[in-house]
Amino acid sequence: MFDFLTSGQYDVLGAFWVTVQLTLYSAVGSLIWGLMLAGMRVSPVPLMRTFGTTYVNVVRNTPLTLLVLGCSLGLDQTLGITLAGGDSKEIGFRLAILGLIAYTGTFVCEALRSGINTVPVGQAEAARALGLSFFQVLTLIVLPQAFRAVVGPLTNVLIALTKNTTVAATIGVAEAALLMKEMLENEADALFAVFGVFALGFVLLTLPTGLLLGWVAKRVAVKR
Amino acid sequence: MSSVLYDKPGPKAKLRNWIYTGVFAVLVALALWWILDRMAEKNQLEADKWTPFVTDSQVWTTFLLPGLVETLKAGLIAMVIALPLGAAFGIARLSDHAWVRVPVGALVEFFRAIPVLILMIFSSALYVMLGTVSSDLRPLYAVVTGLVLYNASVIAEIVRAGVLSLPRGQTDAAKAIGMRKGQTMMYVLVPQAVTAMLPALVSQLVVILKDTALGGAFLGFADLMSMNRQISANYSNTIATMVTIALIYIAVNFTLTTLASALEKRLRQSKRGTGAVLEGDVAEVDAGGASGVGKAP
Repeated sequence: MFDFLTSGQYDVLGAFWVTVQLTLYSAVGSLIWGLMLAGMRVSPVPLMRTFGTTYVNVVRNTPLTLLVLGCSLGLDQTLGITLAGGDSKEIGFRLAILGLIAYTGTFVCEALRSGINTVPVGQAEAARALGLSFFQVLTLIVLPQAFRAVVGPLTNVLIALTKNTTVAATIGVAEAALLMKEMLENEADALFAVFGVFALGFVLLTLPTGLLLGWVAKRVAVKR
Repeated sequence: MSSVLYDKPGPKAKLRNWIYTGVFAVLVALALWWILDRMAEKNQLEADKWTPFVTDSQVWTTFLLPGLVETLKAGLIAMVIALPLGAAFGIARLSDHAWVRVPVGALVEFFRAIPVLILMIFSSALYVMLGTVSSDLRPLYAVVTGLVLYNASVIAEIVRAGVLSLPRGQTDAAKAIGMRKGQTMMYVLVPQAVTAMLPALVSQLVVILKDTALGGAFLGFADLMSMNRQISANYSNTIATMVTIALIYIAVNFTLTTLASALEKRLRQSKRGTGAVLEGDVAEVDAGGASGVGKAP
């Protein structure tokens, strides 16, 4: 029943490795982008606030599939923006990460903003009374405390991101979902076995992440 | 227009803010100019690529509107099936009997851990194998099945969180007047939990609508997303089509998101009930507490 695993015809581990790579690069990118968006949304400059709010509202309400497909069909195939060239495989991989960062950044931003809300007002007031500037208040006083409150929500964002990397299959990135589709077309009789293998793969990716970071979240949370 | 994060700007800070505004505006303008220049170079700004969406009603009647109807249809069917299923799972997870609670919990956690696209691909292949569904309807069935499996487990968590968000006194009072466990759940906890979780459920509908696009891009479901291929094949205007489709999605979803936050605000202010409210996006963002520093200025 599990012949397809030993036949050497399919590289299941390789496909999951691409999934992991997509997740890691997008996670780092969307953390940085989300941090910048959150900074803009609480900044004293009205234009930056407007930009942050508009960007979050627009991108959060767009299907990720549309963003990733737009990166591939729009940026690459129509405008010829390939982000440093290479063959179509590498371009697809990078553009999928671009789409994932654009989308996930908005969720990181909202998580951070709700974390900033958990920091008591007195903290920021005391910091201002010491004469710290907005940037100092944010980076030295508020964000370090906010980060400790949002480890849990950010974990959920990371798990959602891991699952969202499957959307890259729509532009032909050779990750788990694409391989599963190919396998189901060829090995129709092993339907449940194939599904079981891929389901197990994702459970193994997301469950330990959730448990580990859930434990971290409890350890670092500020008791108020 | 000030927040606790910064002082009310004086003359110096005002000047500085104007400089930042200027620099930021220039950066955004440069980015826009770069992309528009690129589009002009590849002839994507020509009028005849964009005008069909305004002048040619056929684009709307043959492609966009039927696509939107399919998208909404899949989303609503999935929601209608997932809601009772999720409610049942959620209540079962709160059961006092381990033999109910544990297997249902495992089921819910399993389907929550798997990407919805994997579930859709599996359902599609399953319907092929069973051969009971005609091939025209198969994409719709596959999309709805995938969405139901995934969202029933998410809704189960929402229901569970909704019931748990109610004050302990509600259960105690129900016990004190002699209600059974089932009665407490049916008459006291669930009705209150439903109002508390309305915003979260509306937000989940947005997630479902966004996920239907996967079927359009990957499984041949004739939804709004899949129309980009057909329209750009006719008018060779990939970018204009993508932008129009995105705007339709954003319009529908933004309306629902606004509705969810309006509901949330209304419930928070309402005097009736226990005041327990589940925010939208419990699955994705939930740090709780809204009294602190970053309240919208």
